[in-house]
Amino acid sequence: MEKSLTWREFIITRLIQTSGYSAIVFVALIFFFLLREGLPALAEVKPSELLSIRWYPIENYFGILPLLTGSLIVTLGAGLIAVPFGIGTAVYISEIAPRWMREILKPLVELLGGLPSVVLGFLGILVLSPFLRVFLNLPTGLTAFTGSLLLGGIAVPTVVSVAEDALDAVPRAYREGAWALGATRWQTIWRVTLPAAKSGVLTAIMLGVGRAIGETMTVMMVTGNAPVLAIKLGSLFSPVRTMTATIAAEMGEVASGSTHYHVLFFIGMVLFLISLGVNIAASSVVFRARKRAERILS
Amino acid sequence: MKRALISFLLAVFFVTACGPASQAETASDSQAKYIENKGSDTIVNLALAWAEKYQGEHSDVRISVTGGGSGTGLAALINKTVDIANASRKIKDEEINQANANGVEPVEHIIARDAIAVIVNPENPVSQLTLKQISDIYSGKISNWKEVGGEDRPIVRLSRETNSGTHVYFLETVLRLGSKEDKTLFSTDTLLLPSSEGIIAEVRQNPNAIGYDGLGYVPKDLKMIAIATETGGAYVLPSIATVNDKTYAIARDLYMYTNGQPTGVVKEYLDWIISPEAQQVVADLGFVPALITNPSP
Repeated sequence: MEKSLTWREFIITRLIQTSGYSAIVFVALIFFFLLREGLPALAEVKPSELLSIRWYPIENYFGILPLLTGSLIVTLGAGLIAVPFGIGTAVYISEIAPRWMREILKPLVELLGGLPSVVLGFLGILVLSPFLRVFLNLPTGLTAFTGSLLLGGIAVPTVVSVAEDALDAVPRAYREGAWALGATRWQTIWRVTLPAAKSGVLTAIMLGVGRAIGETMTVMMVTGNAPVLAIKLGSLFSPVRTMTATIAAEMGEVASGSTHYHVLFFIGMVLFLISLGVNIAASSVVFRARKRAERILS
Repeated sequence: MKRALISFLLAVFFVTACGPASQAETASDSQAKYIENKGSDTIVNLALAWAEKYQGEHSDVRISVTGGGSGTGLAALINKTVDIANASRKIKDEEINQANANGVEPVEHIIARDAIAVIVNPENPVSQLTLKQISDIYSGKISNWKEVGGEDRPIVRLSRETNSGTHVYFLETVLRLGSKEDKTLFSTDTLLLPSSEGIIAEVRQNPNAIGYDGLGYVPKDLKMIAIATETGGAYVLPSIATVNDKTYAIARDLYMYTNGQPTGVVKEYLDWIISPEAQQVVADLGFVPALITNPSP
């Protein structure tokens, strides 16, 4: 009896250890694969060409700047929409809504997060883009703004769940202390609860932004995929082409090992590094806040 | 020490369980014969109709048809993952070089003809353009409908993605007017939509839009532009008649490429495709039956 228990403990421990380590191994393997297939692009295409402003791979124009700016402007727009709506909803759910409303709202927000992005893209082409074309008097409704609206909608559930958990974790004593000092509900939320949950809320925002920058199907269907350099304010209301849509649309046609193939992997590498950067920034904020909290409490 | 040994044995067991993947089935299997057919989205509906008809008559053959664009199909032929690649454009020299480097010898078969219709919103008053005007619109030189006789509206240019044979054909025949030395490109703000459906949906509801697509894909409610090959020439709408007598400027052959001369099941299938029975399917779907000027070798 004793012996078989030790056996089982041993195997289970090892299995759990393997699963834990495997996450690191998989990420490292993916990164090395991207490096192996993407770095030859730097050898085959001159860096000055890679940073040019024309993307037309079938005639060997491999300038990735339009794609980079396209992704960034759509993500920025999505962030500007997801952050106020997401944080606002999280504050409402955790601080203001009555219990019965919270029970309804939370599952509904989770449901919005479960919508497949392809379905949202479909709605975007058929409903949102004609509406925006008429409402904002644009030449076409397939713009970065349409993409940002839909991406904001996709990112909001992520922001809401993480931010709402962070706000819930703030000790009740903080709020009671503020009320005891005579602060109104809004003053408490704005000046006590939110700053106390700052690290969690920032993580929520970073995760939402990370989700937005990696989204593919929705942006491929509604942003128009025009490789324009998107640096003016008006570019938000013009068609753009994101890095994700480029990879999705063109990966099928490339012959394995060709220059186009390597450049697409290079773009994948850039995307990976951006997501990694966003996640590291989010973790470091949390880490610093925790260290500060530990110092204060000790 | 004993625990380390057991962990090692478990690890070895798991690693050896992941053996090499078995080789893909070849078409010379005992029971059913397989044909893999991939490529142009323009041809995909036609290829599907053919495959269904052929499989109905020959129950021992299984044909799998996929789209993805002419570029995708030819890349698959070069990678030796398909038997027949559908292409709505001729294979490029770079692709022939890549194929030869991989031991593949692409052989071309013309299986039908297609007209590219230029479409605009039904509310658009413009109904005829010269080829040069269309070229200037798409390269960015003309940006407002009033410059070609329409209303004062910005022109929104729609196109297929770069992996589409239709896109490449349009680039060579319309933007570059057939000249090999011309290096004109699509204007950067051309919207590259991933499918014909996207173009149709946008043209249908946007009065500023102009797009192009194969004749078989244009629904009745959209307006086709009559095109004059030369300034001052006659304006011609696309149809089977105008493609066959060569008065419509933007007509092209549709191809199937095989690795080397076809043999066995693939040869029978291709021979059937250029028979009158299969070419009737071509006409039913809105394409133009291939002119059988040279019998296939």
